Amino acid sequence: MTLNLRTPAVGPTIALVVAVVVFSVTTSTFLELDNLSLVVEQSLVVGTMALGQTLIILTAGIDLANAANTVLATLLMAKLVVGGAPSWLALLAGLAVAAFIGGVTGGLVTRVKLPPFIVTLGLLTILTAVSRIYTGQSVPVTDPLLSWLGTRRYLFGGIEVTYGMTVAVIMYVVLWYALTRTSWGKHVYAVGNEPEAARLSGINVRRTVLSVYLIAGLIYGIAAWQALGRVPNADPNAYQTGNLDSITAVVLGGTSLFGGRGSVLGTLVGALIVTVLRSGLTQAGIDDLYQNVATGVLVIAAVALDRFSRGRQR
Amino acid sequence: MNEPILQARGLVKRYGKVTAIDGADFDLLPGEVLAVVGDNGAGKSSLIKALSGAVVPDEGEIRVDGQPVHFRGPLDARRAGIETVYQDLALAPAQDIASNLFLGREKRLPGWRGSVLRALDAKAMRAQAQQVLDELGINIKSILQPVETLSGGQRQAVAVARAAAFGTKVVIMDEPTAALGVAESAKVLELIAKIRDRGLPVVLISHNMPHVFEIADRVHVHRLGRRAAVVKPADSTMNEVVGLLTGALRMGEDGVVEEVRHAVTTGLGEHRKSAE
Amino acid sequence: MGRRGPLGRRVGVCLAVAVVGAVGLTGCTEQRYWGGASVAGNGAKAKIGLVTKTDTNPYFVALRESARAEAAALGAEFSALAGRFDGDNDGQVTAIENLVQRGVNTILITPNSATGVLGAIKQARDKGIMVIALDTETDPASAVDATFATDNTAAGRQEGAYVKAALAGKAPQLIMLDGTAGSTVDTQRHTGFLQGIGLTNDSPAVLGHQSVNGDQNLAQQGMENLLQRAGNVNAVYTLNEPTARGAFAALQARGLTAQAVIGSIDGGCQGVQDVKDGKYAATVMQFPAKMAKLAVDAAAEYAKSGTKPKGFQDTGSMVITDRPVQGVRSQDTAWGLQNCWGK
Repeated sequence: MTLNLRTPAVGPTIALVVAVVVFSVTTSTFLELDNLSLVVEQSLVVGTMALGQTLIILTAGIDLANAANTVLATLLMAKLVVGGAPSWLALLAGLAVAAFIGGVTGGLVTRVKLPPFIVTLGLLTILTAVSRIYTGQSVPVTDPLLSWLGTRRYLFGGIEVTYGMTVAVIMYVVLWYALTRTSWGKHVYAVGNEPEAARLSGINVRRTVLSVYLIAGLIYGIAAWQALGRVPNADPNAYQTGNLDSITAVVLGGTSLFGGRGSVLGTLVGALIVTVLRSGLTQAGIDDLYQNVATGVLVIAAVALDRFSRGRQR
Repeated sequence: MNEPILQARGLVKRYGKVTAIDGADFDLLPGEVLAVVGDNGAGKSSLIKALSGAVVPDEGEIRVDGQPVHFRGPLDARRAGIETVYQDLALAPAQDIASNLFLGREKRLPGWRGSVLRALDAKAMRAQAQQVLDELGINIKSILQPVETLSGGQRQAVAVARAAAFGTKVVIMDEPTAALGVAESAKVLELIAKIRDRGLPVVLISHNMPHVFEIADRVHVHRLGRRAAVVKPADSTMNEVVGLLTGALRMGEDGVVEEVRHAVTTGLGEHRKSAE
Repeated sequence: MGRRGPLGRRVGVCLAVAVVGAVGLTGCTEQRYWGGASVAGNGAKAKIGLVTKTDTNPYFVALRESARAEAAALGAEFSALAGRFDGDNDGQVTAIENLVQRGVNTILITPNSATGVLGAIKQARDKGIMVIALDTETDPASAVDATFATDNTAAGRQEGAYVKAALAGKAPQLIMLDGTAGSTVDTQRHTGFLQGIGLTNDSPAVLGHQSVNGDQNLAQQGMENLLQRAGNVNAVYTLNEPTARGAFAALQARGLTAQAVIGSIDGGCQGVQDVKDGKYAATVMQFPAKMAKLAVDAAAEYAKSGTKPKGFQDTGSMVITDRPVQGVRSQDTAWGLQNCWGK
């Protein structure tokens, strides 16, 4: 039986449901609406970075520099406001620079034909250094627009929803639609699956891949905005494991690292599952190091279950 | 005589010092299956690439329906109605059959959903894909099956169906039976016949003489970068064709095939000849 | 594949409706609603959550284990969380949120940056949870109920004063190996050291400085590079003991150990042993176990009576050296080995 390529991966979804049920039964605090809302909020930054990562991995690429890009954008936004720029301009500048860095990555991958792993490994080092050159220390953010995604919230059916969550949901829906319902999406999958076939079918492979890196860059810019909403403090040392965390979410969501297979809805599940685990285990009184063990076990188990359920497909 | 649908005169393509196409001519007539045969390195794939737009020739002229054309890429050839089935099929294995048939030329929904939201008309594409498969008698469980779940012959059939669905002038097939077993090869040959019967001429590149003689109406023999001869399977034998493509035989201006003296110039050949 | 269309579409429609509905139908506010109330005072059981910067650094391990032991002795409930690297504000915020949700009545935190986690701390305090900063101050210090820490500026000053005295009147030629750029501790120790030795950042006597993140390998590399152009060094500031070990290795490779006085801070057992072995002249000991113990005691008291400690409580620091100098109070390494952390 072949399972749908674009529905969220079965294994991780089962794992997510099981985790939620287990924590709901074993702790008195997990299944409160407030906490569910909190779990989503805790997943936002990595979940947003993972969205861009999904696009790139679908084209058989990988982005090791996504979190570094996000961090640089947070610093830029924060510093510009501190320097007296209007907050909307700082926000736009942050988004633009993040998209530009995405474009540069895409250009190096498509024009110079360097492997994405190498390009983003280099960029990771460069961007991290640039961030630290740009500001030696963290920059507190008091601007209401920059922290808007985290501070503004409304009640929806008794559940507390921040603007950040709303923006994330919209982004997921838009990208899900673009990937599954438009030519562009079909081309992204084809390019990742079999680039030569895509080229011979008349798809402009370079332009498609470049568009993916550009959009991913913009998404990292939005992740920066999310990050400032979550922690109103731009810190050059933040999100050092964001690249691996986002790759974890993508892989947990059933997207193949070989490209051409996967879905953003899977990534959503993947991003939530790690947060659910940490939240639930904390409330069960389990210490941090054991939580790390559990997270690692989950990654392997969920992907193994997924592979098992898909039979011989890779 | 019919006017050729696809015609080439004096094509030349050089790669540095190597001349891959050396003044080649080519004619494809309406409604026929034209086989292109040649030894390895004879330059037949360069010729086919020039005709399908994958290679831009240095000299010479290509005409479609008598009109000169200049292909700068495979897309130009496709726009002119020339579809190519590549040897590696150019399919995306993870995607379903319908998506593969329409890969690179997806259909959008009519109205604002198509123009503003860029929404694809999945329903129409599936229906059309199913129709093409039915017409060609290709039996596949579901149009939404990923291509990777298909057998080699079925994949070949999907690639051929795609060419047949979009080709308005010519379908070019590069070694469609090379990787297939006997039964599956037979099915592909049937498919080629069906396409011809729908009125679409087919260019078939093949090494397999029995297949060529089974399906082709004419055989274009390619040697040393140019057309060495065109024969009709009905009027000639496989040995003759093999002789033409190795250079042991030659076709004169009058179309008469004759033996070439000293054609075999290897030391071994000379030795054998002198021993006779 | 056949299932995709309908299922996918349904999910998509639901999400879209949810978004539109949410935005359209409800108002918005800046207030937070979540979380249950924390109970403290009236003899409630102490529930303590500890959030350290990382859980790899032996210093934080010592702090955590001391807190755990004290909590066990007092019959308090205790759980330990941590950021995953220096600078992981998001991870610490998440940890605080999850502890609040768990219903603890005291949170002990070593904040990653002076300002990064203030929002989450405020939310916790608004719910009646007592928050004590351990080891690192917040900015402003009033963001937490109390701070139990080494006065890092003072510790740096002691290190500087010792190095100055050990130079015995020679003009200092100084190399500074800093920690993670921008961290509070890094800034305070650096500043304190310069005060103690009587220099400023711009002094020509400062031959060079480099951020080596408290990492021994990076420290050695950084020192090697700096020595290329500063072979006349006679004084080395190091942020912590791993850094000092790296610096020592680099100096040793060049045969320069005799000419340079290395000072350090921390008081880990390995560091004290290094001082005893003569690798560096002195280290300034901190007392994380004392910090943790005092904080857990305060948490137990808060749960029992509702009384909170206030302000900055310096848990002290002590120069450890076998070569005491005039005017700097110190203890020898024998004392140091008895009182060090990370045994």
